[in-house]
Amino acid sequence: MSAVPQSRLVPGARRPLSVVERTWGLMGFHLTLLRRTWRGMVVSRFLSPVLLLAAMGIGVGNLVDNASGGVGGVSYLDYVVPGIVMASVMQWAVSESTWPIMTLIKWNQMYAAMLSTPSKVADVLRAHWIVISFGIAWSTAVFIAVAALFGGVSSWWALLGLPIAVLTGLAFSTPLFWFAASTNNEENFSTIFRLVVTPLMLFSGTFFPIDQLPVWLQPLAWITPLWHGTELARPSFLGDPLGAGHSGWWVVHLAALTAYVVVGAWGARRALSARVEA
Amino acid sequence: MLSARGLTKSFGDFTAVDGIDFEVRKGESFGFLGPNGAGKSSTMRMVAAVSPVTSGELRIFGLDPAVDGTAIKARLGNCPQQDRLDEELSVEENLWVYGRFFGLTKAEVRARADELLDFAQLTERRKDKVEPLSGGMKRRLVIARSLINNPELLLLDEPTTGLDPQARHVLWDRLFRLKRQGVTLILTTHYMDEAEQLCDRLVVMDHGRIVAEGSPRTLIAEHSTREVVEVRYDTDDHAEPATALDGIGERMEVLPDRVLIYAQDGDAAATAVSRAGVEPLSTLVRRSTLEDVFLHLTGRTLID
Repeated sequence: MSAVPQSRLVPGARRPLSVVERTWGLMGFHLTLLRRTWRGMVVSRFLSPVLLLAAMGIGVGNLVDNASGGVGGVSYLDYVVPGIVMASVMQWAVSESTWPIMTLIKWNQMYAAMLSTPSKVADVLRAHWIVISFGIAWSTAVFIAVAALFGGVSSWWALLGLPIAVLTGLAFSTPLFWFAASTNNEENFSTIFRLVVTPLMLFSGTFFPIDQLPVWLQPLAWITPLWHGTELARPSFLGDPLGAGHSGWWVVHLAALTAYVVVGAWGARRALSARVEA
Repeated sequence: MLSARGLTKSFGDFTAVDGIDFEVRKGESFGFLGPNGAGKSSTMRMVAAVSPVTSGELRIFGLDPAVDGTAIKARLGNCPQQDRLDEELSVEENLWVYGRFFGLTKAEVRARADELLDFAQLTERRKDKVEPLSGGMKRRLVIARSLINNPELLLLDEPTTGLDPQARHVLWDRLFRLKRQGVTLILTTHYMDEAEQLCDRLVVMDHGRIVAEGSPRTLIAEHSTREVVEVRYDTDDHAEPATALDGIGERMEVLPDRVLIYAQDGDAAATAVSRAGVEPLSTLVRRSTLEDVFLHLTGRTLID
């Protein structure tokens, strides 16, 4: 293959692209789009978590701390910050993995445009997930900084919340890509917000430990990525990443989140291929 | 450049492309002509290495799309029926991001985009968002985009459908230039004038099969007569006066609003019509067109 010319504009066989080159090229699309839209996103992303932080962490927090001395020995603000972080990660991940995917599949069909170039379905998904991951990491970092200004972050271990946030976000994002690639009806997305996102936010250990729930409801929390993400992140925010009191549960949480990502990514790849490469 | 043997595409029980053979030579412009649902777009998607071949053999640049799909896609330009532009991005951004999908360097993409904006007469609109552009401009942008990787083979699926006549002529002019530059063109269309203008050679498809093949001129010679006489009568039912025209020309077709007589010598046939008895409202002699061939081969029934 030494005869293949350096520039990919010369007629004849073209120098093949590596996985990294293909992924980087595709990421360029999302980054270009982001350059246009990030300003609007800042407001919509941070307004509601910051309001939640003020209302729950400080307002409700004072009540809780005065009445019962916090949650499990920590102040309510310290308890609720990792919960709000992970619940926000869920909302960001869900909103980036529903309507935008439908746009790329159905309305502007940019996924199909990408697949008419040397990109493969796996490249298209990988590039998009990397960009989503960066978005989540960046948003989480800003939010942790804001929470720290409120006095809601007590340890540098909270930075471990960034990779946990990315993993939790992907645990929502990958199955939703699968769903978005399999459905034709975008009204389903509103249903997901009403029936999945909102209940999860309320009942997955964001604002109170799930042992406050009726016993029959608790197993529902166990299967949600949000509960695993929050439980994994909270010890880090409290300065004890492996959660001595939780005796090795972090392995279970990590495994559950990873399983969501692996299965979700597998299904998304199959569904997108069936949709666009039929 | 491209060859297909027994090329077939099925979706479940439905066979969209039913074992077709064709070959496209380098530098040629080759057309697929056919009604909606004839299998043109399915064929194009297989040739674009996007849709897997169900059975049969397909070679593009001598490569098998099932094995070397990405290598094929790196060398061809794909201009699909839908625009597939990101309307939130600007005209030039749409070109840049697409060029990066091919692994072109930033400098290559910029230089190529400048050339192509000029080619597509969009230089003045380069900073504008795509959304407010006219249909013709978007179409030119899609064609420009499909050329970003300097392809040897350009696929155009119904390139001018939905455009006004001015926009169509501008596009044809651009496609002519590409052809002159040696780019091999494969296009689908259901516009006969487009096929006559652009195609050196074409196949007519119907129900997933190729029903005729040749240059526009040979197709007319083989499947129609040299001339056609269109005769109109003052009647609600043209079948009635048409009985008197039996034997004139080589073939006759009775339509609700006129009678078509296919003849080598149109003037002689017209004279015979005027002698046949019933006085027609009008008689028009014209040359046979590809449209006559097309309707003869694929029928006049509406296919949706």
